Amino acid sequence: MSPEPVYIVTMKVVPKTEEIRFDPVTKTVDRSKATNEINPADKNALEEALKLKDKYGGKVIVLSMGPPFFEPFLRTALAMGADDAILISDKALAGSDAYVTSMVLAKGIQKIGGATLVLCGEESSDGSTGQVPPGIATWLGYSLATFVSKIISLDLENKKVVVRRTIKGGYEDIDLPLPAVLAIELGINTPRFPDFRRKRWAEKEYKMTIWNIHDLGLKPEEVGLTGSPSRVKTLIELKPPERMRKIITDPDQAVEEIIKIIKSIK
Amino acid sequence: MSREEWRGFGVFIEQDEGVVEETSLEILGRIRELADKYNIKITSFVLTDDINRIIDKIRYYGSDEIVYAENSLFKTYLSDVFSTALYRLVSKYRPRYLLLPATRNSRDLAGRLAIMLRTCLLAHVISIDIDPETMRMNAAVPGFGGNIAAVCECVTMPEMATVSPGVFTPKIRKDIEPKLINESDLTKDLKTLMRKISRTSVARPDISRSEKIVVAGAGCIKDLELIKRFAKIIGAEYAVTRPVADAGLAPRDLQVGSTGISLKSKLVIVLGASGAPHFVSGIRDCGTVVSINIDPDAPIKDFSDLFVVGDLYDIVKKLIDRLGG
Repeated sequence: MSPEPVYIVTMKVVPKTEEIRFDPVTKTVDRSKATNEINPADKNALEEALKLKDKYGGKVIVLSMGPPFFEPFLRTALAMGADDAILISDKALAGSDAYVTSMVLAKGIQKIGGATLVLCGEESSDGSTGQVPPGIATWLGYSLATFVSKIISLDLENKKVVVRRTIKGGYEDIDLPLPAVLAIELGINTPRFPDFRRKRWAEKEYKMTIWNIHDLGLKPEEVGLTGSPSRVKTLIELKPPERMRKIITDPDQAVEEIIKIIKSIK
Repeated sequence: MSREEWRGFGVFIEQDEGVVEETSLEILGRIRELADKYNIKITSFVLTDDINRIIDKIRYYGSDEIVYAENSLFKTYLSDVFSTALYRLVSKYRPRYLLLPATRNSRDLAGRLAIMLRTCLLAHVISIDIDPETMRMNAAVPGFGGNIAAVCECVTMPEMATVSPGVFTPKIRKDIEPKLINESDLTKDLKTLMRKISRTSVARPDISRSEKIVVAGAGCIKDLELIKRFAKIIGAEYAVTRPVADAGLAPRDLQVGSTGISLKSKLVIVLGASGAPHFVSGIRDCGTVVSINIDPDAPIKDFSDLFVVGDLYDIVKKLIDRLGG
């Protein structure tokens, strides 16, 4: 580990879930009309990393795995304050599940030279498995805290981080050794806006590092659909049950009707 | 000595200071049906500081054997020791299918364990079946905001999944006397590198099991207190939609939907929520759905038994007046 702290933020670009359509006939997902965005929880993870950098110094590196269209989104992260962005991009990676994704990101982190902290969004809004952060920690042998709502302190000298994590019915404060992977809860902070001057630099001057799987010492059969231990057999639409759909527009009638329903529930 | 083949069902029984996670018992309820159908054995795995504290709460839920390890470190969840301990038990007993509750702590645990075992993990599944031809587990993984699910299977062993809370029902099976196996020796040497500094409980009802719920959507942000008062008057629990939680106005434990809690209440009253797919998937299993919205075209209309078009504050105030607030 370098003397200066290194914060690696993993980032994914996701389609806005409310704009995804499902075709029940072809059983396929149509993402084409959905707008893409940085996975919201990853933005919260980036903001935490930038706050740590403001306080303790060091370097913030954004690491992502995905197709080339992710690039402009990583430039937004640079404009927000990240020092570097690395995109792992390879056709062979298509169809990778959480097992492969965590392995590839772990290889990327190793190639960077390791991290003081790896900050991830707790889950992605599209896949939402939440398995990538524990996966990265396990591949790398780093300590792990999931569902982190607050980074309380970072002690670089004694190599410790203290975090608050959400548990059923409350929260706990724990102390864990560095290096560590932290899965940051969605919405715990307000991510800063891109800085105007940084934006120019990020969009016009910054040369992004792109790695393919060979750069990471991986073979095509170890990644993508072939390397993934889980398989999708079919997609099904989850239809909600049919409802009565009775409509009332008169407030007094509505009150009577609602009271009747409330009283009928025992 | 390890068993040779990957065989049977394995279930992780989550406990925290002697309180058993209901979802583990729900998993047992479902897989007992499959176990009886296909003549498969069920092994439950328990990590606890004291087996006597919990054995009576887990004994008769359909396990054929209960393998446990006692260690003072197992009082509450610790990511590093729990993953190593369960890895050792699973490596010895080699269950073909391994299921854990999709709670925060067991998702943390399962995510690590899958990589340690170099196997797959299906996330927060909402159905569990076995393909009779291949004997592979088929499980539905909800995704894309909750209106689509992918039926998935694993090509490695053990075939792992975390199971969403509230999907299945626990069943008492006094006719099956499980064999108790103490494997504490396997975890005697464990040490943790983590330290718990403090633990704070925030008293909160478990809304996944409430009978009546009032859900406050983005349209309620002006006066959430009024909504809470209304909920209290009618004896309902208070919950919120994702925008309200995202705004930091309510904890995630009260958030309904595919990224929060799925409700199973007899009645849900939805106030000022438009009806986004990720929300309506969370009220799918409710008995009666009443909603109030100012927008006559709000999508929630199609998911309601009674849809009231109007000013929710006006109507809620009238309801409070009538019901003796």
